[in-house]
Amino acid sequence: MATLSLAGIEKSFGATRVLHGVDLDVAEGEMIVIVGASGCGKSTLLRIVAGLESPSAGRVRIDQRDVTALEPAERDIAMVFQNYALYPHMSVRENMAYGLKIRGFARAEIERRVAEAAALLELAPLLDRRPRQLSGGQRQRVAMGRAIVREPKLFLFDEPLSNLDAKLRVQMRAELRRLQRRLGVTSLFVTHDQVEAMTLGDRLLVMHQGHAAQLATPMDIFERPADTYVASFIGSPAMNFLAGRLTAGGAAVALAAGPVLRFADGPRPGAEGMPLTLGIRPEHLVPAAEGLALALDLVEPLGSESVLHGRLANGEALAVRLPGRPPAVDRLTLALPPATLQVFVAETGRRLDPSPA
Amino acid sequence: MSNAASTTEPGQRPDWLAHGVLALGVLLFVLPIWVVLMGATHDAATIGRGEVPLLPGGEGPANFAALFAGGRVGRMLGNSLLMALAVAFGKIAISILSAYAVVFFRFPGRTLAFWAIFLTLMLPVEVRIFPTFKVVSDLGLVNTHAGLIIPLIASATATLLFRQFFLTIPDEYVEAAKMDGAGPLRFFCDIVLPLSRTNIAALFVILFVYGWNQYLWPLLVATGEEVETLVIGMVKMIGSEANTEWNQVMAACVLALLPPVAVVLLMQRWFVKGLTETEK
Ligand SMILES: Nc1ncnc2c1ncn2[C@@H]1O[C@H](COP(=O)(O)OP(=O)(O)OP(=O)(O)O)[C@@H](O)[C@H]1O
Ligand SMILES: [Mg+2]
Repeated sequence: MATLSLAGIEKSFGATRVLHGVDLDVAEGEMIVIVGASGCGKSTLLRIVAGLESPSAGRVRIDQRDVTALEPAERDIAMVFQNYALYPHMSVRENMAYGLKIRGFARAEIERRVAEAAALLELAPLLDRRPRQLSGGQRQRVAMGRAIVREPKLFLFDEPLSNLDAKLRVQMRAELRRLQRRLGVTSLFVTHDQVEAMTLGDRLLVMHQGHAAQLATPMDIFERPADTYVASFIGSPAMNFLAGRLTAGGAAVALAAGPVLRFADGPRPGAEGMPLTLGIRPEHLVPAAEGLALALDLVEPLGSESVLHGRLANGEALAVRLPGRPPAVDRLTLALPPATLQVFVAETGRRLDPSPA
Repeated sequence: MSNAASTTEPGQRPDWLAHGVLALGVLLFVLPIWVVLMGATHDAATIGRGEVPLLPGGEGPANFAALFAGGRVGRMLGNSLLMALAVAFGKIAISILSAYAVVFFRFPGRTLAFWAIFLTLMLPVEVRIFPTFKVVSDLGLVNTHAGLIIPLIASATATLLFRQFFLTIPDEYVEAAKMDGAGPLRFFCDIVLPLSRTNIAALFVILFVYGWNQYLWPLLVATGEEVETLVIGMVKMIGSEANTEWNQVMAACVLALLPPVAVVLLMQRWFVKGLTETEK
């Protein structure tokens, strides 16, 4: 158990800047999930924490101790790689024991820890197999086991579930969360998966082009995204964006598509006529007698719900999520409940909150 | 291919043609070896008369006994074995270490080191034989085992092969080992060496045969009986055309054939093992 603190982490590969100053403070036993588009620097950040890569600027501290200059071996961190990186010529037992053996643990202690981890992960019957004799899920558990036996200060996970099929993923996701809670080891978890991002962590870090776009609890990020990037990244199908302008002295927005909507939570600061981006999630749109007229062009029935895509009269695209079977129509009139609206400044993409009273 | 097609389609070119060609090829390869084997079982007179016997004679044991009498051939055999093993192991040890350095470490002059090794590919022993001999003789190593073996050990080919193999080892293994706390030496011993087993076995066969068959260099350096190899000894036995005991030369030839054959047969099992349990 440990705290982790990153201060102003920057990284350049030659002329390309990959990380532009990332700050992050992780409390003891906390699990932080990191998401972001491909290439935004998630793995690089993780590798800097691990010590596999050194930052161009900034400091990494574990338990207040500056470890920026230390080798990976001296940091007491365990990492689970995307393709597991199990040593192919060693049995499951040897794979798990290797890190302990190098660190000079007594044989009895190694055996005790391996047995314990094997019991926890239900690997006991597989201990004498080679990695190639295991299924993907079993390999994943061995990789976990290899991290657990070390009893490290920090766990790092780089998309450990992405090679598994959907069902196994769901199962391993739950197992992993339970395990992390039980062991209470501070963890960073990189993923591409929406559900993993929402469910797995205590807090969620959304990265965008080498910046930390937002760090908050998953529900906070879902309900109050800091900018349009985060808003569109979290939630599936993605949030709809509509153009509009500030009007009525900041109390309402005039949509480019027509309607004028009053803000439910108070007036926004800003000049009359300032361009805004209105965000609304597909599940918040409701069919109504009057509102926005949507011409449907694609219907996706998903079983318990349906996603309908279409265009407004002014050409803006809109997606709607409705429960149950899709209605057999090709036009829908939709109301936008004001309480669910997200308001962003069009120019910067930043969230625009009501002015304090 | 066309061969497979001819076996499945009736009315096509008959199989016996293909088999005939193959048999001819085999015959061409086997005949000289057969002549040597048979020659080693006749007395000197038979071959002296100019006959090339194709059937076994009764003098085999006697020929080999005569060959080993005096102990000289035994020593040659020992020298050859020592040289082939030392060259094979030496080459593997040196080249696996240099390939390890070139692939897994960033150090100033890394590319230079790699190209320097690469360039020596163009300079086999035969090309640099006089400067090498000068160096060896200045060091006082002429007619010693060290002088015989050391100049043959540096190997660009093996280094390149190991480099090529090391490049296929995923970075994740290196990183996982770093996280596990393994230093460079441990990584080499615990991960790289076991993964290279099959490659080492394959190279060992090739290099053993290479070392065993060395001719030109031992001819120059091994001037005395103490260090001469079997191949050189055979050349000396032939001496002059008139009083060469051909049956003994043939017997020595058989001796010279055996170790490489044994190595290939023994290591073949390793190959198969390595190939069937692919570990990557
Ligand atoms: N060793 C390197 N040399 C040069 N550029 C690199 C290196 N490693 C990563 N990059 C670049 O840094 C950027 C971030 O890479 P990184 O692997 O951190 O992305 P990521 O967020 O993990 O993406 P993904 O989700 O696809 O794994 C990429 O544009 C990549 O091309
Ligand atoms: Mg990555």
